Amino acid sequence: MSNPAITPELIAKHGLTPEEYQKVLDILGREPSFEELGVFSVMWSEHCSYKNSRPELRKFPTTGPSVLVKAGEENAGVIDIGDGWAVAFKIESHNHPSAVEPFQGAATGVGGIIRDIFTMGARPVFLMDSLRFGSIEGDSEQAKTNRRLFAGVVAGIAHYGNCIGLPTVAGEVYFDESYSGNPLVNAFCLGILRHEQIARGAAEGIGNPVFYVGAETGRDGLAGAAFASRELTEESKADRPAVQVGDPFREKLLLEACLELLATDAVAGIQDMGAAGLTCSTCETASRGGTGVEIDIQLVPQRAKGQTPYEVLLSESQERMLVIVKKGKEDIVKRIFEKWDLPYAEIGKVTDDGKMRVRNGNDVVVDIPARSLADDSPLYFREAAPFTPPAPLDLSSVSEADPSAVLPKLLSHPSIASKRWVWRQYDHMVRTGTAVLPGSDAAVFIVREAGKILAAATDCNAVYCRLDPTVGARIAVAECARNLACSGAVPLGVTDNLNFGNPHKPENFYQLRAAVEGISEGCRAFDVPVTGGNVSLYNESPAGAIDPTPTISMVGRIDDASQITTQAFKEAGDQVYLLGETGNELGGSHYLLAIHGRKEGAPPAMDFDKEKAIHAALLGVIRKGLVRSAHDCSEGGLAVAIAESTFGTNLGASIDFGATNDRPDVILFNETQGRIVLSTKAADASALEKELAASGVPFRKIGEVTAKAELSIKTGSGAYSWKVADLEQTFESTIPSLMEG
Amino acid sequence: MKAAVIQFPGSNCDTDCEAALKSFPGVEASIVWHKETSLTGFDAIVLPGGFSYGDYLRCGSIARFSPIMGAVRDAANAGVLVIGICNGFQILCEAGLLPGTLQRNTGLLFRCEHRRLRVENTETPFTSVLHKGQVLDIPIAHGEGNYFADPETIRQIEENGQVLLRYCDASGNVTAEANPNGSLGNIAGICSHGRNVFGLMPHPERVCDPLLGGTDGRGIFQSMIESVQKA
Repeated sequence: MSNPAITPELIAKHGLTPEEYQKVLDILGREPSFEELGVFSVMWSEHCSYKNSRPELRKFPTTGPSVLVKAGEENAGVIDIGDGWAVAFKIESHNHPSAVEPFQGAATGVGGIIRDIFTMGARPVFLMDSLRFGSIEGDSEQAKTNRRLFAGVVAGIAHYGNCIGLPTVAGEVYFDESYSGNPLVNAFCLGILRHEQIARGAAEGIGNPVFYVGAETGRDGLAGAAFASRELTEESKADRPAVQVGDPFREKLLLEACLELLATDAVAGIQDMGAAGLTCSTCETASRGGTGVEIDIQLVPQRAKGQTPYEVLLSESQERMLVIVKKGKEDIVKRIFEKWDLPYAEIGKVTDDGKMRVRNGNDVVVDIPARSLADDSPLYFREAAPFTPPAPLDLSSVSEADPSAVLPKLLSHPSIASKRWVWRQYDHMVRTGTAVLPGSDAAVFIVREAGKILAAATDCNAVYCRLDPTVGARIAVAECARNLACSGAVPLGVTDNLNFGNPHKPENFYQLRAAVEGISEGCRAFDVPVTGGNVSLYNESPAGAIDPTPTISMVGRIDDASQITTQAFKEAGDQVYLLGETGNELGGSHYLLAIHGRKEGAPPAMDFDKEKAIHAALLGVIRKGLVRSAHDCSEGGLAVAIAESTFGTNLGASIDFGATNDRPDVILFNETQGRIVLSTKAADASALEKELAASGVPFRKIGEVTAKAELSIKTGSGAYSWKVADLEQTFESTIPSLMEG
Repeated sequence: MKAAVIQFPGSNCDTDCEAALKSFPGVEASIVWHKETSLTGFDAIVLPGGFSYGDYLRCGSIARFSPIMGAVRDAANAGVLVIGICNGFQILCEAGLLPGTLQRNTGLLFRCEHRRLRVENTETPFTSVLHKGQVLDIPIAHGEGNYFADPETIRQIEENGQVLLRYCDASGNVTAEANPNGSLGNIAGICSHGRNVFGLMPHPERVCDPLLGGTDGRGIFQSMIESVQKA
């Protein structure tokens, strides 16, 4: 089969602008081959090059005393956790593939992020995911599609994570119209390793052999990185061949074989084949090593006969790795990969000429300076639209809804309702380390081999980000830190997934820039580095861009098992306290959204100093053993937080806010930040109050845990009560009944 | 007790089982690769959970041809204790070491959650330290745990006291609501006619540490240890 001629149409089809093509000509000093055009196309896609977002990403704080591998250096950042142990973690999106093929799209998203972690030499220990879908309520075609996407994505994550044997321990799922037709699937993986086990993705050592290990290359996922860097349209369904097919069993074998191989001294460099497959892995390892890499396509294990060099180079077939082996240690690779019954092949060698050179037998089909390809990608400084912060909500425009009816309604809003239907499909206990089951503020995981207790949370309220992206992003960081504090943990590091619309539109680009600034401020405030992450732009369907969704995942450490804290009330008679001030902030609240159908106003303010003081005070009393439960107030406000604290306990709560003239709906459902509901033993109440008073944070006693499973709340002007069983039934049954009828 | 935990390609509860066993004083546990062919010297053999061979074709149907399975069969016939957990139970059924089969859950979805189990027979090496009627809290995590056998087989295993665990509610009542997967007779675990081979869908190794949600799994391993000590 002969290659097509390089025409302006073919160049445009590869997503390269005329200016970018000129740059290709300048680098090569000649017209590219068809294969080279494909290589430039994927390497210079947003997905691989971050050409639209790189100038913004440089704003993140990425250093710190605990940072062992910095963001952007390798496949994932690595953070010291003490005693010679470290964690590697990262979040990555698979939004576009999941929109056209939810099961495989989500499954391979999980597979990809797991490979990023074990490429670092780390043993993956747990997963989380952050998901967004359009509304799943009602009988519209769109709602049916959204339910199909939701079910497919969850099944895909379950399929991959369960089979490979990694627990999915936490996550978040939100439903909003802005995601109709463009769901978000962000998958997170964390792995553990000794400092000396950190593996590098560099092609070191001239003459070292280059091995291909793992699954055979097929035609699946052709140029998926380029596909992910376009808006979704009606025609996107035709891009299904751009979605990869995952085989978690193969990845399990690959994981074990690679870790076994990395435990020997045979490896000079290792790189997974993710986006842009063989192309990206050869070019990046050469670029990092300051070397060249030469491979022969004909030596690559292939699933089908008759694949062209173009197809082999651009395939995103899953479960493959590139390993640079120290010369003379080839037999070790052979022994280990034969033990695990995995394909492997020596396909080339490290060279000293700085070129990424691909042969097809005797023909050279690609001959590009590796560093130019990886590092000299185009860089765009996009225009950001001017932004006027939203006016605060005019409370008089909000009619006062009856709290008795509002609370059950909020608890049955799919974004707030129990996600048990989701996490019950995930094996969340394998690897026997899950100390806090999904559904609490943060996951808590005991890493047996290291004797360390880790906590992790993932958050982003995109309604806030839609209204004011800087504030929304600040809140996402603060909420993660607050969730960790509620579980007894101090934060160690952050990974972010920036999900936005087309950056060529100035209003979208403003959102990206503002969110990065908000995240950066948050990370500086909590003194945590961003260790890496992912950018997903072009999240648009024919109806428009998604709400800006800068998903934050934060990892923390708990010093002692006795400090592990959960949100559930523990015993009747325990005293209930509220930390933080209740303001008057219904703007951007779920109350306003779900009850009044309004996505407007200014989101709640984020004052990092106050927030940090609250977390410090909470951790102080947790460490003194004075806290039996702690739960942060987020979507749905205080009433939802208290109700959730009663679920699964057979207990109730009697709450009284004392004399106040504030509107009950404001007290109960406003989403002022920096608030935590905690409970303590009656005998510890005075000690707790003394400690909190000494720390100077605002707090007040608001009631007590009761044996009668009833939630009663007095707000000054009103008194309300609900049977906990009724609220819990509403909370638990919403998603199953929408999904299973 | 010296225990072998068989590692098939795709096993993923192998190290969990190893760690749970090692949490008992005096127990030695080691991982044995499925391409091995001998299990001499072991007092107990554990077939752990996971997705052996990716569950391709049918759960457990390829693993039963693994080289180690000859040694597992010989050991079972010689009276050595063999316990198959989750995928291990599926492999034991496929290998014919236990009767019946495990089908897709009736709800079609994978289910991971704590479940209550009623102990039906304590006259076995796997349940001897438990009480008849005792209710255990042990998690499940499977998509295909729906136990099925023909009526004659069910009659036989019931009459022979081979049903060791049934899904029940918190008070020990065996009800349809307490059945997570559609298993006939709410069966969660059965043993062989000779009592020395035990298969169960729930994961006792996940509840051997109070920090991880309970210790109700320990009784099963403790029973095995005491049985080996007596022998």
